Amino acid sequence: MSSVSIIDYGMGNIRSVMNALSEIGTTSELVADPSAVSRFDRVILPGVGAFAQAIARLRESGMKEALDQYVATGKPLLGICLGMQLMCSTSSEDGEHQGLDWIKAKVVRFPDIEGIKVPHMGWNALQFASGDPLFAGLEESGDVYFVHSYYVDCADKKDQVATTEHGIPFASMFRRDNLYGMQFHPEKSQQIGLTLLSNFLKS
Amino acid sequence: MLKKRLIAVLILREGQVVQSVRFKHTNVIHYNPVHAVEAFNKWAVDELVVLNVTRSANSAAQFAEAVASISRHCFVPLAVGGWITDEAYATTLLRSGADKLILNTAFADDTNLVNMLAARHGRQCIIASMDVKLNEGKQTVHVDRGRRDTGIEPLEWAKRAVDNGAGEIFFNSVDHDGARKGYALDVLGRICAAVPVPVIAFGGVFSWDHLVQGISAGAEAVAAANIFHYSEQATRKAKAFLAEAGVSVRQEGRLLT
Repeated sequence: MSSVSIIDYGMGNIRSVMNALSEIGTTSELVADPSAVSRFDRVILPGVGAFAQAIARLRESGMKEALDQYVATGKPLLGICLGMQLMCSTSSEDGEHQGLDWIKAKVVRFPDIEGIKVPHMGWNALQFASGDPLFAGLEESGDVYFVHSYYVDCADKKDQVATTEHGIPFASMFRRDNLYGMQFHPEKSQQIGLTLLSNFLKS
Repeated sequence: MLKKRLIAVLILREGQVVQSVRFKHTNVIHYNPVHAVEAFNKWAVDELVVLNVTRSANSAAQFAEAVASISRHCFVPLAVGGWITDEAYATTLLRSGADKLILNTAFADDTNLVNMLAARHGRQCIIASMDVKLNEGKQTVHVDRGRRDTGIEPLEWAKRAVDNGAGEIFFNSVDHDGARKGYALDVLGRICAAVPVPVIAFGGVFSWDHLVQGISAGAEAVAAANIFHYSEQATRKAKAFLAEAGVSVRQEGRLLT
């Protein structure tokens, strides 16, 4: 039985995440039933769409509680794109919303800067310090694929393990204990993305 | 800083990759599109566009299956289009692994569908494909695979498309398609200057320099189809040419091991 689950709460292109895991030799299961979450050793929380709608779905389905319990066991969880944002304390996307509050961070919109387009969409450089096993096998910079209008502003800058520049520098990856977040789409970021996913599975 | 993108386009007719010349599709290039995708994946392409040009709407289910098999081998963004006439089919394509939807005729006939898809999936998910064609000395936008003249001027069309929810424009010229003389640079440049969303240039590439011309005209991404099938490592060579010409393209981030 596979031990990697991808949370299916009706937000985003989850097929791509499954395909990417399959490419690196890992079978995964889509999990929509909250009671099944505890069976897994790795959880991926994907997501594309609006923050408020996503957090409401996690709450209403009982998935929030199941994920809270899972995270408390210390087993690894990776949030991708909106999934990363949901792990934060609050988001100001269309009003103020409470997140899962596992990472002390605010989700805020990119400021209006001349010549900087929002959404931030396309390939941009991931800057990180090597040494962390999460970046094993990678050079210190490479491009990954982003699509987002809001970014994560970590209260504790030590949590951000990779940054990207789009008018301003922002946290393109965070990590705190068993919690991992990637603002870009590793499943759509070719070899770099597959390597990062593979490193997460080894964490 | 965001990189300029190189996009490979697969034109599918009845599930097979075909050549496109002035919107006529006769020569089959690959019987199985997955073979082409596997090559592009290795060859540094930044994004894939897959278009269904089959004449009959009955091809929709077969196309969705092709999208599903392509997506299993595609680890870059995947945009798909052709015969998207209702919300259910759009959802099927997204569930099959597509990241973006390309709509063309709907921007003329069913803007409600476009509005609804943009609201539901976000503007970044919606690409307006526009085909311009010279008719009695005047460029106008054509829909229905280039067969129906809307009589609308390209700039006006592009602005309306953005108002209706397009997050990107996929620009093509029927006259330049397969004509090997490069993009329709004049119209392309005017559209790039007039709309706030990224423009993807397509139609007519026969040399790597044509790609550079597209970027110089203001396109955020340059696309080609036929030329990428003619040689080994084609997209990788195209990227190297762009980089050499000073265009900022994606770093593949060589693996250390």
